[in-house]
Amino acid sequence: MKIILNEQQLALTIQRLANQLLENHLDLANTVLIGIQPRGIYFSDRIVQQLQSEVAPAAIQYGKLDITFYRDDVRKGLHELNQTEIPFSIENKEVILIDDVLWTGRTIRAALDALLDFGRPAKVELCVLVDRRYSRQLPIQADYVGRPIDSIITQKVKVYWKEKDGKDEVTLL
Amino acid sequence: MQLSTKHLLGIRDLQPADIQLILDTATQFKEVLQRPIKKVPTLRDVTIVNLFYENSTRTRISFELAEKRLSADTINFTASGSSAAKGETLLDTVNNILSMKVDMVVMRHSASGAPHFLAKHIPAAIVNAGDGINEHPTQALLDAFSIREKLGGLAGKKVAIIGDIMHSRVALSNIYLLKKMGAEVTIAGPPTLIPVHIREAFDVRVEYNLRNALEWCDVANVLRIQLERQNQPLFSSLREYSLAYGVNKRLLDSLRKDIVIMHPGPINRGVELDSDAADSKQSIILHQVENGVAVRMAVLYLLAGGTQ
Repeated sequence: MKIILNEQQLALTIQRLANQLLENHLDLANTVLIGIQPRGIYFSDRIVQQLQSEVAPAAIQYGKLDITFYRDDVRKGLHELNQTEIPFSIENKEVILIDDVLWTGRTIRAALDALLDFGRPAKVELCVLVDRRYSRQLPIQADYVGRPIDSIITQKVKVYWKEKDGKDEVTLL
Repeated sequence: MQLSTKHLLGIRDLQPADIQLILDTATQFKEVLQRPIKKVPTLRDVTIVNLFYENSTRTRISFELAEKRLSADTINFTASGSSAAKGETLLDTVNNILSMKVDMVVMRHSASGAPHFLAKHIPAAIVNAGDGINEHPTQALLDAFSIREKLGGLAGKKVAIIGDIMHSRVALSNIYLLKKMGAEVTIAGPPTLIPVHIREAFDVRVEYNLRNALEWCDVANVLRIQLERQNQPLFSSLREYSLAYGVNKRLLDSLRKDIVIMHPGPINRGVELDSDAADSKQSIILHQVENGVAVRMAVLYLLAGGTQ
C-alpha cells in the first residue's frame, strides 16, 4: 500500500486544479461543472468550494450526473442508482466533467453519451484527481490531471474524503 | 440490490425491501422524464410484448411509454382482431410470440391467475398489468409512490380506500402494499361492495359511513364503480350511490383538515367523484398518471436483470 497524496498534498492539488480551470475559463460565465456519481462528487464539491472562494458563488453552475443507464455493462447485473441533478441547460456551454479516478475511460465514455441527451455542449473537458496512465481501454484523455500514476491492473486506487471516510487521502492498494 | 422475485405477479409475493427498491428506483426514472431527451439506452437489447386481453387505455399507454423511454422494442397485442378470436389458447399465443425472441411479457387478462399460469410455463419475465379481480401491482406501486411524494412516506399514514372493493384488483394490491409498508388502511363503501371477512383477513378497518372515513384519513383513494363486472344490482341506482358515497368538494371542505384525493382512473364523474373534487388542488390524480410511467420503468428495469 502506498500513499499517493496525503491531506496536505490533496489540498494543494485541489487548489492547483481549481486555478488551472480558472486560467482557461476566466469568468465561468459560459462554463458548467458536472461531477460524476457516485465518488466524483466529493472531488467536484471540493473543486467548486475552492472556486467559490475565488469567484462569486452565484456565477458557478454546478451539477451532478449519474451514468448508470449509459454504462456499456448496464445489463450485466444491477447497479445502484444515484441522483442526477442538472438544473440548467448545457446547450452551447463549455462543460467540465469532474471525476476522481480515470482508469479505463469507460465511465467518461458513458458520461459523454449521457451529456448528449441533455443538449449539445460547445466543448467538453475532463478534470480528474488521479490519472492511471497507460490503462485506458478507450481513447479518452483528461485535460486537467491532479496526479498521474503508473499502476497495474490488479491494483486499486482508493480516494478517502473527510466527509465520508474521516480523512483526506489517496492511496494505491 | 435485486428484487427477490423473477416476475411481478402481485404485491402478495413482494418483500417490503423489494417495494422500497422499486420506489427508490422510480425516483431516479422520474428525473429522466424531466430531461430534454426523455430516454435512456438501458433496455436497448430487450423486446417486450404488451399482451392485453382486456380493454385498457391508461395502463397500456403507460407501459408502452415506459418501455420506449428505456429504449426497448415493444409489440402490442390486443385480443380483438387477433387469433384469440379464432380460438387460439393463451399458452399457444404466448409461445408463438416468444419464439420470435421476445424477452418480457406485460399481461392484462380477465381471468385471475392468468399471469401465474403463464409464469409456470414460459421462461420470460412476466409483469401483471391486471388479472381479473386478483391484483394490479403496478397501480398499487404508483399509488404508493404518489403518496410518498405528497406526504413524505408511507409508514403510519392513514389511507382510506373507497368504493367497489369487492371487484377491485386495485384495492387488493393497495391493501397488500400499504400494510406491508406500515400504513393504516380503512375500507369504506356500501356493505354490498365490501367482502364480508375483509376486516379479519387483512387487518383493515371497515367503515360504512363515508364522512367518518374521510375525517379519519390523510389520503382517500376513490375507486371506480365497475359496472362491467357486476351482474347483480348491488345498489339501487348510481344516483343513490353518489348521494351516500360520492366524494365532492362540499364534503371535502367540511372536513377538519385537507385530505389528498386519488383515483386510479377512469373517473365516472358525478358518481364516485365529482369534477369539483377531481380537479381541485387536493387531487393528485394527474400526478399518479405521471408517476405511473416512472414506476413502470423501474419495474421493467429491475426485472430485465442481467444478460449473463
